Amino acid sequence: MDFIELDQVEKVFDVRRRTGRLRREKHQVRAVDGISFTVPRGEMVGYIGPNGAGKSTTIKMLTGILTPSGGRLRVAGIDPSKERTRLAQRIGVVFGQRTTLWWDLPLRDSYRLMHRMYRIPDPVFRQNLDRCVELLDLAELLEVPVRQLSLGQRMRGDIAAALLHDPEVLYLDEPTIGLDVISKAKVRRFLRELNAERGTTVLLTTHDLTDIEQLCKRVMVIDHGRLMYDGALAGLHEVGESERTLVVDLERELPPIDLESARTLKVEGPRQWLAFPASVSAAPLVAALAERYPLVDLSVREPDIEAVIAKMYAERSA
Amino acid sequence: MADALRAYGLIVAMWVRSTMAYRASFALTTIGNFAATAFDFVTILLMFSHVDALGGYSLPEVAFLYGTTSTAFGLADLLMGSMDRLGRRVRDGTLDTLLVRPVPVLVQVAADRFALRRLGRITQGLLVLTYALVTLDIEWTVTKAAMLALMPLCGAAIFASVFVAGAAFQFFAQDAAEVQSSFTYGGNTLLQYPPSIFAKDLVRGVTFVVPLAFVNWVPSLYVLGREDPIGLPDWFALLPPVVAAGCLGLAALAWRAGLRSYRSTGN
Amino acid sequence: MRLYAVVAAGGFRRYATYRVATAAGVFTNTVFGFILAYTYIALWDERPQLGGYDQSQALTYVWLGQALLMTCAMMGGGFEDELIERIRTGDIAIDLYRPADLQLWWLAGDLGRAAFHLLGRGIVPMVLGALAFDLALPVSPLTWVAFLVSVALGVVVSFAVRFLVALSAFWLMDGTGVMQMCWLVGLFFSGMLLPLNLFPGLLGDVARALPWSSLLQVPADVFLGTHTGWDLVRAYAFQGGWALVLLAAGRALQSVATRRVVVQGG
Repeated sequence: MDFIELDQVEKVFDVRRRTGRLRREKHQVRAVDGISFTVPRGEMVGYIGPNGAGKSTTIKMLTGILTPSGGRLRVAGIDPSKERTRLAQRIGVVFGQRTTLWWDLPLRDSYRLMHRMYRIPDPVFRQNLDRCVELLDLAELLEVPVRQLSLGQRMRGDIAAALLHDPEVLYLDEPTIGLDVISKAKVRRFLRELNAERGTTVLLTTHDLTDIEQLCKRVMVIDHGRLMYDGALAGLHEVGESERTLVVDLERELPPIDLESARTLKVEGPRQWLAFPASVSAAPLVAALAERYPLVDLSVREPDIEAVIAKMYAERSA
Repeated sequence: MADALRAYGLIVAMWVRSTMAYRASFALTTIGNFAATAFDFVTILLMFSHVDALGGYSLPEVAFLYGTTSTAFGLADLLMGSMDRLGRRVRDGTLDTLLVRPVPVLVQVAADRFALRRLGRITQGLLVLTYALVTLDIEWTVTKAAMLALMPLCGAAIFASVFVAGAAFQFFAQDAAEVQSSFTYGGNTLLQYPPSIFAKDLVRGVTFVVPLAFVNWVPSLYVLGREDPIGLPDWFALLPPVVAAGCLGLAALAWRAGLRSYRSTGN
Repeated sequence: MRLYAVVAAGGFRRYATYRVATAAGVFTNTVFGFILAYTYIALWDERPQLGGYDQSQALTYVWLGQALLMTCAMMGGGFEDELIERIRTGDIAIDLYRPADLQLWWLAGDLGRAAFHLLGRGIVPMVLGALAFDLALPVSPLTWVAFLVSVALGVVVSFAVRFLVALSAFWLMDGTGVMQMCWLVGLFFSGMLLPLNLFPGLLGDVARALPWSSLLQVPADVFLGTHTGWDLVRAYAFQGGWALVLLAAGRALQSVATRRVVVQGG
């Protein structure tokens, strides 16, 4: 049985807009416009799309914060909008932008309260806390009030808080937003292990394609409230015809590089930018380059997610 | 219900523990709260330095009114005083974090930042009430004693309903926290004075529309053996428990409606 | 000078954007105005001419209090929370490097706020009060002008006090606690709860000499026509004197605090 099921789920908001000094116009915004998908237990799925595409609205409906305007939605067989508090025992939620911890209290106090609030058996609580403290490097932070934590520290604290009661599914809304490289790596490694060892289902929204690449086999793309793509990440690149960029530093200024497998985007002194399809490995291209040109340095730039989606969207509507 | 109370207790216990970690600061803020709320009574004392009676009521009688409403309001403020932050929580989105926990949202909002320093208001209310009881010459009966005992409880329930209803209103108007203060702080100020000094329509309004009069006016008039300015029959004095229960019920409905609206509109 | 005008305009606009909050505040001011008005009527029924006011002057005093409560920030609600927060987080260091004077910068913003509160939260309660009760409104336009000058001086005194108290956050862990005490004292000694002429004996003399009387008692007396001619000049001098002394004290404290920030690096 599928753990998460959405069938033609809709969320329509009434928005009032000021059109004159006193006049207001009411119109409807379809934030989520008939989305259907299922997620089996233990899967790790990326849920991506540009700002305002409907990602957060979906998460809010999955967690029971918002009531859908239409369609059918079940998580672990429960209708979130009807049995919010019962579902809460079985899910963990991390909002990247705001903390679920108590702002003015030390991290430890928040955990202690979670312990009682979720009625977590003592040994389970102790075991889960110890594990999170170790893997997320929280030992030094337990006595620090949450407001004094850095963004990365707070995020790790929040992830631990969401996992103390052994949730069956973890929703992460932009878990790496604003984090430094080291914090990002820590968070990603932890999530990978969580999914592998515990079989926790993970659904994460993100702006950062690297999150998806390193964590999720499956990715869903949403735009204007509709599901645009559901499948493997590699497939997304094919559908979107997205390209990666190879930045090549040569020993000296040379005319534009001429290779069959890539096209030159621009030349600036000894530095040149080459574009090649994202679905193809960079290795043969690099080998061909090294054979024919005096290389100093190379780096690969991932395609911009917004660009991929924009391209995909343009194609669909064409 | 038991679950909700348990959760309320858990959150309160956490805040009390964290407050007690800084005992000196707790003592200072409680004294501050005591002094702050006592300024209202100082004002009344200053008034009585010029007059012997206000609206036909002596100082001990006004002190009785003051003590009963302050205690009731203090209790409601202690238990529900954080409700006025709801609008801010809706605005900054932190309400969502309460919705994903296995505990009623109302409980979490009410218990948030539970401030033990608010005992200061209750203390000074009780002190003034004690002064009134000592100086007043009341012919006590069982009914009067029961009414006195019930006043803080029913009064707190009525004020608590106003806090909850005010918070529910903030689901629709997030910046309107001040409207709530008109009825809570304003109501408390109103009830400190004898009903005889106010316009009859105002007294009718706080009896039949927003039934704050049942916090202390109606039962106090009975206890003090005073005539009701709007001519209510005597048996009205027995109504506070009924009114309190009704207010709690209506407030709960308002809260549900507010939360439902939030969950369908998301802001 | 133009910079500060822009800051003041910004302060005005910032509060003007909260329409619902303003409406809610007007409602609250009106409710409190009614409650206080009835208690004053009871008081003046017993003792006509109490404190030298007749009943309609006393009622006028009530509604002036509601109109000026936010304008003179007698219960806070101005810049001070933000300043304390900036000191607490260390962002104040950024302000100190701005090519503007810290005190004047915040003063300008607070004057803008006060102007909005006078218009947005002062006029409607006053009009409603005048409709419901018989108020003693000045006939001469000069009295209105004199009143506005006195209010402006009151706002500056209020600012100077709050600035001083907010700066204490440099040394104290809990600046908001001190600020709350400051509001309470201010509320009582401004005459918001009861006109200071009704305070007996020494308490009355002290209360009338403290800076907070500039916030409500003095402007109200100007409005009620108690201060005219040289008496008016003396009232202005009293307010202006406190403004200067407190601003200077704030400036002195600011320079000590600044040195502290520079030495400790924030």
